[in-house]
Amino acid sequence: MTAARTAAARGLPPVLLLVALLAAWQTVVVVGQVPAFLLPSPSAIGSELVALWPTISSAILVTGGNSLLGLLLGALTGVAVAVVAGLLPSADRMLQPFVAGLAVVPIVALAPVLYTMYGAASEVARVIVAAIAAFVPVFVTTTRGLRQVRPVHRDLMRAYGATPRQATVTVTVPTAVPFVFTGLRLASSLAVISAIVAEYFGGPRTGIGSFITTAAAGSNYARAWAFVVGGILVGLAFYGVTLAAEHLVRRRAGPRAR
Amino acid sequence: MTTQTAPQREEHPRGAVAVEVTGATRVFQGSAGTVTALDGVDLTVGAGEFVSLIGPSGCGKSTLLRLIADLDRPSAGTIEVFGRTAEQARLAHDYGIAFQQAGLLPWRTVRANIELPLAMHGTGRAARRERADYLVELVGLAEFADHYPDQLSGGMQQRVAIARAVAEEPSLLLMDEPFGALDEMTRERLQGELVRICAETRAAVVFVTHSIPEAVFLSDRVVVMSARPGRIREVVDIDLTRAARSDEGLREDAAYFAAVTRVREALHHGSPAPAQGVELR
Repeated sequence: MTAARTAAARGLPPVLLLVALLAAWQTVVVVGQVPAFLLPSPSAIGSELVALWPTISSAILVTGGNSLLGLLLGALTGVAVAVVAGLLPSADRMLQPFVAGLAVVPIVALAPVLYTMYGAASEVARVIVAAIAAFVPVFVTTTRGLRQVRPVHRDLMRAYGATPRQATVTVTVPTAVPFVFTGLRLASSLAVISAIVAEYFGGPRTGIGSFITTAAAGSNYARAWAFVVGGILVGLAFYGVTLAAEHLVRRRAGPRAR
Repeated sequence: MTTQTAPQREEHPRGAVAVEVTGATRVFQGSAGTVTALDGVDLTVGAGEFVSLIGPSGCGKSTLLRLIADLDRPSAGTIEVFGRTAEQARLAHDYGIAFQQAGLLPWRTVRANIELPLAMHGTGRAARRERADYLVELVGLAEFADHYPDQLSGGMQQRVAIARAVAEEPSLLLMDEPFGALDEMTRERLQGELVRICAETRAAVVFVTHSIPEAVFLSDRVVVMSARPGRIREVVDIDLTRAARSDEGLREDAAYFAAVTRVREALHHGSPAPAQGVELR
């Protein structure tokens, strides 16, 4: 009861702020007679959102699906490679500069190349772009997490005569798990952004990004904004779910697993 | 590694030797040159005997404990635990160990933490549960069995660590300043509990501390060490019976104060400056 009430009390001010901002936006557009190509009014965007909801929702599913697939692919690869790097110092030394390089490569710039590789009608290119974007933060945080075993726990495992396998299962992996989830949270936003932006460069006209470019090119500014709202919804959903997962894991792991 | 190879207490009647350290030397190679942490240390700990190692910071007392636990290897000399090498003893789970940090696994409940060594060495679920029930009772944490470590105070966490250390009924307990991070009141209460637990399990104990009263209160013998290089300066016998020790009045007893004075003099003997890093409280 009280928890629900404090959550509501904490959630209320931002909602009020949002409503106030929307009202101010609407007033400025109406009173100042701002042309639609400059800034459409929230009410115009809202009515486009309602009118086009079937299209927007299917675009959300396509882009969300690409992002999810890319996130899972990138995260699984990130964890797997980090585990290998953790077990083999030589692999670690080889991988670190490679991953650092990957982190600074503008990944969405790969999209046009991938479209020619996989064909313009395929979603594969978008999934790959999202996967590469998700891989980097998951790999980096997992690698860090696997190195966080406290010396006292290492001593304990040795004192128990634990096999490497036992030590990994008992101490190393549980210590790393909260770090993996932090990486997952960072990766989820990147995966969505990358999947949307990759759509700008071509491929089938199915996702949020494709519709935004189409609407903007056709001077349907309010419609373009309505699809942007759809993109925001995808991003929020991904962020919210991974944030909740991270909180759940962290509470379990206690405050010591920073 | 077979399970259940920990020797039974009956194999080590009183008078048998728990730990035999001969000429143990440990030299650390650092970037700033070599540091001799231990230099030719000889020490014998009898079965069921409580021996404290005390000395200034850097006298190698923790190093000596880590050598006995086979968490570290000597540069020279030998270490035997119940007649075997330190490594064999470690792999046979001959000892229980507790550190200054409780070192509990934060994702496991109190009960699961206490069961950890049993689980790792293949004790069955039912036997584990029964043993954990007994141990949480022993350290007075029965109603916290299903709590997580971060829900407990430092003193309570340390009690869990002690319960975990004695979970396999080891014949030898190795303790590296287990009460070092606790406040004085908690510390004295846990010392009393440790005396009681030792009386019950009859394990030999090697106990590292830098508190003189703590060493005197707990020990049959106090090994006073000096720093750079780490050597044994003197061994002080404490003639207080265990029965007397279980009585809190002992802390105000004349014999207790006399023993404290002897250890203090042994610490300061031969060193013009007061020994640093030693708590004189």
